[in-house]
Amino acid sequence: MPTVSMTVNGRPAAGEVEGRTLLVDFLRENLALTGTHVGCDTSQCGACVVHVNGKSVKSCTMLALQASDAEVTTIEGLATNGAMHPVQAAFKEHHGLQCGFCTPGMVMSAVDLLSRNAKPSEPEIRDWLEGNICRCTGYHNIVKAIQAAAQAMKG
Amino acid sequence: MPDTGIGASVRRKEDFRFLTGKGRYTADLNRPGQAHAYFLRSPHAHAKVQRIDLDAARNAPGVITIFTGADMEADKVGSLPCGWTVTDRHGKPHKAPPHFPLVRDKVRYVGDHVAVVIAETLAQAKDAAELIDVTYQPLTAVVDPLNAVAKGAPQVHEEAPGNLCYDWELGDRAAIDAALSKAHHVTKIDLINNRLIPNAIEPRAAIGEHDAGTDNYTVYSTSQNPHLLRLIMCAFVLGLSEAKVRVIAPDVGGGFGSKIYCYAEETVCTWASKKVGRPIKWVAERSESFVSDAHGRDHATHAELGLDKDGKFVALKVETHANMGAYLSSFATAIPTYLYATLLAGQYTTPAIYANVKAVFSTTAPVDAYRGAGRPEATYVLERLVETAAREMKIDPAELRRRNFIPPDAFPYQTPVALQYDSGQYALALDEAMKMIDYKGFPARRKESETRGKLRGIGFSSYIEACGIAPSAVVGSLGAGVGLWESGQIRFNATGSVSVFTGAHSHGQGHETTFSQLVADKLGVPIENVEVVHGDTGSIPMGMGTYGSRSLAVGGSALSRACDKVIDKGKKIAAHLLEASVDDIEFSAGTFRVAGTDRTKAIGEIAFSAYVPHNYPADLEPGLDETAFYDPLNFTFPAGTHICEVEIDPETGAVTVANWAAVDDFGKVINPMIVEGQVHGGIAQGIGQALLENAVYDPDSGQLVTGSYMDYCMPRADNLPSFKVATTETPCPHNPLGVKGCGEAGAIAAPPALINAVTDALGILHMDMPATAEKVWRLAQARRQAAE
Repeated sequence: MPTVSMTVNGRPAAGEVEGRTLLVDFLRENLALTGTHVGCDTSQCGACVVHVNGKSVKSCTMLALQASDAEVTTIEGLATNGAMHPVQAAFKEHHGLQCGFCTPGMVMSAVDLLSRNAKPSEPEIRDWLEGNICRCTGYHNIVKAIQAAAQAMKG
Repeated sequence: MPDTGIGASVRRKEDFRFLTGKGRYTADLNRPGQAHAYFLRSPHAHAKVQRIDLDAARNAPGVITIFTGADMEADKVGSLPCGWTVTDRHGKPHKAPPHFPLVRDKVRYVGDHVAVVIAETLAQAKDAAELIDVTYQPLTAVVDPLNAVAKGAPQVHEEAPGNLCYDWELGDRAAIDAALSKAHHVTKIDLINNRLIPNAIEPRAAIGEHDAGTDNYTVYSTSQNPHLLRLIMCAFVLGLSEAKVRVIAPDVGGGFGSKIYCYAEETVCTWASKKVGRPIKWVAERSESFVSDAHGRDHATHAELGLDKDGKFVALKVETHANMGAYLSSFATAIPTYLYATLLAGQYTTPAIYANVKAVFSTTAPVDAYRGAGRPEATYVLERLVETAAREMKIDPAELRRRNFIPPDAFPYQTPVALQYDSGQYALALDEAMKMIDYKGFPARRKESETRGKLRGIGFSSYIEACGIAPSAVVGSLGAGVGLWESGQIRFNATGSVSVFTGAHSHGQGHETTFSQLVADKLGVPIENVEVVHGDTGSIPMGMGTYGSRSLAVGGSALSRACDKVIDKGKKIAAHLLEASVDDIEFSAGTFRVAGTDRTKAIGEIAFSAYVPHNYPADLEPGLDETAFYDPLNFTFPAGTHICEVEIDPETGAVTVANWAAVDDFGKVINPMIVEGQVHGGIAQGIGQALLENAVYDPDSGQLVTGSYMDYCMPRADNLPSFKVATTETPCPHNPLGVKGCGEAGAIAAPPALINAVTDALGILHMDMPATAEKVWRLAQARRQAAE
C-alpha cells in the first residue's frame, strides 16, 4: 500500500492507504479526527467539508493520495488555544446548530465563504450553502450566524 | 428576565463539543478488535429467494463469516415486532406478519436484508458481498396503497389477505352520512399525502459487543430511545435478559422519528457479536438510509366536510388508505389511527366526525412515525378542506376558521374523536399571525407581483397536535404495548454539583441546556453546576426516550417532581440543622430558611450534610438523590396558525416562499431560542414536503427512484426564507411546568399553508404535494390558456 503524507491542522501526518481510500476516511480512521463527518455518498450533504490548501473541499470526494503534501485544516484545527474561531462562536451565539452533525462541514464552508466575501448578503450566503444540507435548523439561524461572524471579523 | 433560569435564551451547553469536532457519534466510536458488517440487500421489490451461494464470498480476503436468515432461524431469533395492536372495525387485531431481521423465504422491498458479511475491514466486507450469488424468482411489485388493495394485486404476505393490515374506524358512519346529506354545502377533496424519507443527516449506525466473561452485551446505537430499543430487542427478538444488555445512544445526529425503532441492523450486530466473539460495527451509507430507514406519511385520502349556510362545520368524513410498507415497523399501526383520526377535529367545533383507515402492505420500505406522525396528515386533510370550503363558499379563509374555532371558554373541550383538549386560544394566534404577515396589505402585494408578471398567493393553516405523549392508561386501552411515562433523577453530589439523569434522549433538541435551566431554576444552583446525563441504559433509570414532542412535557415534568422530592428531603435536613420544625422551613432560590427569620442553610450545605451525616436526623436516610417517574394525565395540545405567502413565476413554475408567519402556543417556554430553532426546523421540513420532497417507487419494478440526494430533493438554504415566528402562552393546566411541546409544530402546520398559498396563487382548488416547478408550470400554463 502506498504511503501518503500531508500537513493536518499544522502538524505532519502520514499513513499507509489504499488507492481507493478517501481523504475523509484517512482523517477519520488513520488520524482519529472524527469531527469531519460522512452524511452521504454522492457529494451532496457537505458534512465532510475541510480546507485543503485554504479552500473548502468535500473530503468524501477526494482521494487521500490526492491530498499528498497538502495543507489540510479540519474542524478540530479551527479553534486557537481553546478559543473558538469567530464563525464557531457565532454559531453558538445564534443557535446555528441543533444535532451538530452537519455543523463541522457547515462551519468550514462558512469560513471559506467569508475568506472570499467578507460581507455576504443573505442571498449570497444561502446560495453558497447550497452544498451543505442541514435537516434541523431550517438554515434560518445558520444564515444569521454567518452574518454575525462577518460583522465580528470585520473589526 | 433571568440569565439562566426558566424563560431565558441560554446558549447551549452542548455546542462547544459539536462546534470543535469533539462530538461523539456512533460512527466515531471504535471498539478494540472490532469487525465490520455489511448487509447484502435485495435488489428486487418482491421475489422468492431460491438459493444463496456463499462459497466464493466466504473465501474472499478478510471475510470472517457470513450469516443468512437460516442462521438466525437456527438460533431461534424472533421477529421484529410492532408494539401497538390496533383492533379493526370487526373487533379483530391487526394482521402482523413476521418481520425477520434477515429474510427467510422472500424479499419484500428493495433494500430488504438478505445476508450480512462480517469482515476485517468494511471494504473487504463490501467486496465479499459482491461475490454472494443469490438466485431470486422475481414476483410482481405493488407500491401504491390503493393498488395494493385492488383485486388481483400481488400478495405481500400470506397472513394478510388482500394486503390489508386492518380496516379501522372511529365514529358512526351512518350518522355522518346523514349529516352530510343535510348539509347546506359539502366540500370534497381527494388528496395524496406524499411519502417522505426522514433523512437525519447522521446515517444510522450500530456496534454490538459481547463480553464472553460475563455474557453481557453493550450496544452502541443511533437511537432516540435506548431503553425501548433494549426492551424490544431483548424481550421480543433475541430472547435476552434486559439486565444483560446495555444500550448506549451517544451523540445522535437527528432522528425525526426514524431512530425510534428497533431495526434489523442493530439486532444483527448484537446477535453476531457473540457468534463471532468480536465487536461488530455497522454504519449505514446514505443509499442504505434511503432504502431502509422507516419512511413517513404515504396516505391516499378522500374527505368531505359539511357546512351550514353560515359556514359552520356540521360533519366531517375522512377515508384513508395508509401505506405500511412491506413490514410493520415498531409503532407503524398507531400512526394513521390514534395519532391521525383523533386529531381530525382540529381547532374546530365540528360536532360529528367519522374516519375510516385501511392500512395496507406493499413492496416498499416500512412506514412509521416521521416528525409529526399522523398529525401532519390530519392537519393537511382538514386545513385543505377548510381552505377549499372557504373558496367554494366565498368566505374569507381567516373568517371561516374564526367562525368555527373552539372558543377559549369552552375548555376542557371534548372532541367527537376521543381527545379532550385542555386549553387553547386559537383566535389569538390567528390574529397575531395575520398582523405579522400584514394580511391587509396582501392585495397590494399581489398587485405588485402581477406588475412583474408573477402570481402571488396566501395560505393559512390553523393546526393542533396532541403531544406530551402519553398517558399510559389511555394508550394501553388503545393497544399500546408500553407505558409512555418518563423518568428523571436528581443526584446532588456531596460538594454541591448536580447530576441530572433523564430517560429522554437529545439528538438536536438541546436537553442538556433546557433541563439544566429547569433544574438550576428549581433548585437555585448555578447552571454550570448542573450536568445532564442521558442515552445510556447503564446509568439512567428506565426511560422511554424522545419523540412526539414529549421530552419537556413528560421528561421535564419528571425532573420537576424529582426536584420537589429533593427539596422535601432537604427541608427535613435543614429543620434538623436549624433546630426548627419541618413545617416552618421555606425554600427559595437555593436557600432553606426558617420562616420569618434570618436562619438559613444553602442547598449545597444540605447536600454536604446528606452525604456527611455527622449531625443528621435519626430517622432519615443519608444521601440526596431522588427519582421521579411522571405519567401524564392527558396529552398536551400545542396549536397555532401559520400563514404562508408565495410568489410563482409562471414562466418557470418556480415557487418562492416570500413570507412566513408562525404563531404557536406551546404553553410555558423554558428556552425561547431553542423553541424558535425547533419551529424553524419543523417549518423547513414541512416546506420540504410541500414543495420539494417525494419518495417515489417505480410502480412496475418497485425500485426506489429517489434513492440519493441527487434524486430526493432536500430543502437547501436557497429554497427557504427567513421565518417570522412568535408564540402565545396558554399554559398546560395539567403538568407541573405548564409546557406543551414544540418539536413537531412546524412540520405539522407548514404543508397545508404552503399548498393553500400555491393553489391560491394559481386560482385553483387543488394540487398534490410536492408543488414542484414542473407541476406548477403546467398548472400556470393551463390557467393562462383557459384565460385566453
